[in-house]
Amino acid sequence: MNRFVLPLAVFVLMVGLLGYGLRLDPKKVPSPLIDKPAPEFSLAMLDDPTRQLSTADMSGQVWVLNVWASWCVSCRAEHEVISLLANKNLVTVVGLNYKDEPADATRWLQQFGNPYATSVIDRDGRVGIDWGVYGVPETFVIGADGMIKYKHIGPVTHESLEQKIMPVLKELLS
Amino acid sequence: MIPEIGQFALLIALSIAVIQALVPLAGASLGVQRWIALARPAALAQLLFVGLSYACLTWAFISHDFSVLYVAKNSNSALPLIYRISGVWGSHEGSLLLWALVLALWTGAVAVFTPNVPSAMRARVLAVLGLVSCGFLLFIIITSNPFERLFPAAAEGSDLNPLLQDIGLAIHPPMLYLGYVGFSVAFAFSIAALISGQVDSAWARWSRPWTNIAWLFLTLGIALGSWWAYYELGWGGWWFWDPVENASFMPWLVGIALMHSLAITEKRGTFKAWTALLAIFAFALSLLGTFLVRSGVLTSVHAFASDPGRGIFILGFLVLVVGGSLTLYAWRAPLLKSAAQTSLLSRDGALLLNNVFLTVATSAILLGTLYPIAIDAMGGKISVGPPYFNLMFVTLTAPLGVLMGIGMLIRWKSDSLGRLGSKLKIPALIVLVLALLLSLALPQWIWGAYLGIAMALWIAVTAGIAIYERFHNRALLSTLRSTPAGFYGMLLGHLGIGVFIIGVTLTSLYNQEKDLRMAPGDTYSVAGYEFTFHGVRDFNVDNYVATRGGFTVRSESGDFKVDLFPEKRTYPVQTMPMTEAAIDAGLARDLFIALGEPLDKEGAWAVRIYYKPFIRWIWLGAIIMAIGGLFGASDRRYRRLARSTSVDTEAAERAA
Amino acid sequence: MRRLLLLFLFVLWMAPLQAAIEAYEFESAQMEADYKKLIDELRCLVCQNQNLSGSDADLARDLRRETYDMLQAGKSPQQVVEFMVERYGDFVLYRPQFKSTTYLLWLGPFLLLLCVLYLLVRRLRAADKPVEVDAAAMAEAKQLLEDKESGK
Repeated sequence: MNRFVLPLAVFVLMVGLLGYGLRLDPKKVPSPLIDKPAPEFSLAMLDDPTRQLSTADMSGQVWVLNVWASWCVSCRAEHEVISLLANKNLVTVVGLNYKDEPADATRWLQQFGNPYATSVIDRDGRVGIDWGVYGVPETFVIGADGMIKYKHIGPVTHESLEQKIMPVLKELLS
Repeated sequence: MIPEIGQFALLIALSIAVIQALVPLAGASLGVQRWIALARPAALAQLLFVGLSYACLTWAFISHDFSVLYVAKNSNSALPLIYRISGVWGSHEGSLLLWALVLALWTGAVAVFTPNVPSAMRARVLAVLGLVSCGFLLFIIITSNPFERLFPAAAEGSDLNPLLQDIGLAIHPPMLYLGYVGFSVAFAFSIAALISGQVDSAWARWSRPWTNIAWLFLTLGIALGSWWAYYELGWGGWWFWDPVENASFMPWLVGIALMHSLAITEKRGTFKAWTALLAIFAFALSLLGTFLVRSGVLTSVHAFASDPGRGIFILGFLVLVVGGSLTLYAWRAPLLKSAAQTSLLSRDGALLLNNVFLTVATSAILLGTLYPIAIDAMGGKISVGPPYFNLMFVTLTAPLGVLMGIGMLIRWKSDSLGRLGSKLKIPALIVLVLALLLSLALPQWIWGAYLGIAMALWIAVTAGIAIYERFHNRALLSTLRSTPAGFYGMLLGHLGIGVFIIGVTLTSLYNQEKDLRMAPGDTYSVAGYEFTFHGVRDFNVDNYVATRGGFTVRSESGDFKVDLFPEKRTYPVQTMPMTEAAIDAGLARDLFIALGEPLDKEGAWAVRIYYKPFIRWIWLGAIIMAIGGLFGASDRRYRRLARSTSVDTEAAERAA
Repeated sequence: MRRLLLLFLFVLWMAPLQAAIEAYEFESAQMEADYKKLIDELRCLVCQNQNLSGSDADLARDLRRETYDMLQAGKSPQQVVEFMVERYGDFVLYRPQFKSTTYLLWLGPFLLLLCVLYLLVRRLRAADKPVEVDAAAMAEAKQLLEDKESGK
């Protein structure tokens, strides 16, 4: 009797898996850099290309890196939320201008407002690769110890700001 | 107006399907003849209305009715007629309607072409098919209505995906559906057998031709997809083990196991439970495929839709149909015991082993396909791709190559190692030596090539022996007439695999590829051929603009010359550039050129050149296999024997 | 909103589906072969299931460039793989690594095969054993047959 039930049992397991799978997003790639040191970069700043900003410069403080570009449509959508975050004056928000024309980027900031303490230029996307960036926008939260604590994939919404990012920030800042 | 008729026809079809599913089933169990008799007309009526609905959608496409949302998204006023007709199944909603139509066609065929099957049995079979129809029609009406209107009507359509504006890809889905959906017939027969507790193996005999035909369409459908990917996508590949490809390949493998299992059950009356289970598996995998393509649970280039909402519906349907069947199986399969014994050293045993390997191979593919979901559920993330599937599949099916040869020559019921050994010793030796000679003739020695060639030769040689044994010392004409079509089916099926193995082995191991910069006037040599680039020119065609490159290819010996013109096309509506590779096809090799990007102002381009030996043998093998399936299905024994059995059963029914 | 989502997905589907062709030059045939194998087995993260060699996406181009640069700089294929996994996780590999979470994946089918073969052979051997004949039942059957023949 029991060997005839086997196919049904296996089927039930499989359906359970598939049902659970419906709630997952197969395209979201979690970052392997969580709780690892933030990759080093040293890039020219957007507003003053003669000056450079490096990861080392940011050590000792909690900060947020937001990957954006003027050609990115969803960045416009999240802009308001990033500005909100910046205005709380809790942490420094640095922009990583990804695979963009500096002229277009500057114009974009002038048009929509500049929430960033500064933006750095990642012209060819190499720094993006080091940070495991695969799409725009993405947002990283880095702790005072220089470790990446959280990565947000896709545009930051009000909801994800309140429910995901703020709790992480609060914990790091306390 | 017409789209509304189409929508209404769907509703009518659904109502009929409900009746078809419930009434004959009850009638068969309670013995009410009138209810049983309802099955056939219900099936045909359903076909009529689903057909009408489909015709309405086709009409909307042909007549450029952009007030229908689906047409607006998938068509365009400049779209050639043939692609307006094939565009009907170009996206989610329409392809589902095609699914429903194909199911209705198979159901109608079963209603008409089974005069030999007792009416109660047929009623159950049609009822099960009707149940499946209900599910699909409900799904279409509730979540995926192709007749949804667009207000205000679009002035112009978004155009059919340029990738689909291609003959090969246009007929690929109908072929696949004829296959997938066709497995529902064998499924329905085994469910009917399980419900009625039928102990004899007649249902296996009735299922065989239907399964063969479904399988041959699936073979062609898969081969078409593979061939299309090769000439359209430009990276020379013909199979990627993408979840949706796997979703079509798994039923295909189980279909082979099913065909072989039906053979044992019919011939020896054994393993009825196995056959019933395989029939359920084959169709279950077809339905699983539908789920995977449309639910978004796996990432795939083929995904029609990524809609978890629709996914839940299909999953629920899957639970109902497959869960229900497997529950029925768990409950009733113990009834299907057989008294006959099976010896491992016999054709029965060989066929069993065959099914073991096929089922394990299928499980490996299923495991690899679904594993990422399991890992994701546990918080990780991995990918499982061609390296895994290639290794697993080749390792698990390699023994089949050898088994196939033995299986064609080994006796039913019981055979002896001595007899087999003496019969196969010399052929095996010949094969090993011949394969050695052939492998040495190749550019370099690769063990995999030797094994692949040896396997293909083994299949050919044993097939030859099978023919010899049947025909030698007997009158040719009378033997030809008395040999059942199934025998030729077996030969062709196996030879087709052999041809396929040669194609895969040689093209995978000996292909050459070069990506390089070519300026007008440059020449480059690959595999004994000289490729000369002449530069590009622009052309305006139909609904696109083409940048065409000119190449001349000469063989180093000078006796061969061909001009090839790869293109880069831009479809204005979609603004997505498409690469059309230029291929010089041959039985022994393909020469393949694709244009990349322009590199500088002087007219230099990045160019890809491929030399693909024996790649056509892959699809040639598939065609031969499909023809084998056709022979198998046409075997007169199914029609003759079935008739005599059913006469007795009908008489018995009337007498009762 | 749903329409927008569908449009977005549609555009995604329309995304680079065809091979990208770059004219890289290699100092050795081995390096070229290594490069080809790597881009075949590395996944394009922004695509709908494609490898780096089959995709025209920007990120795929960048990662191919990265692969090429690393090989040119003398790194081994294994080092390239480690580089990618460090940044993108196991997801970027089409050949799953052999570790505790993938034991079932790599070994499962073979274990299944062995199990099924074992069960099959055991069952067929059992069936092959001659059935024990109950002497009393045999005698009774014989008697019944004789009775039948004599017309009782």
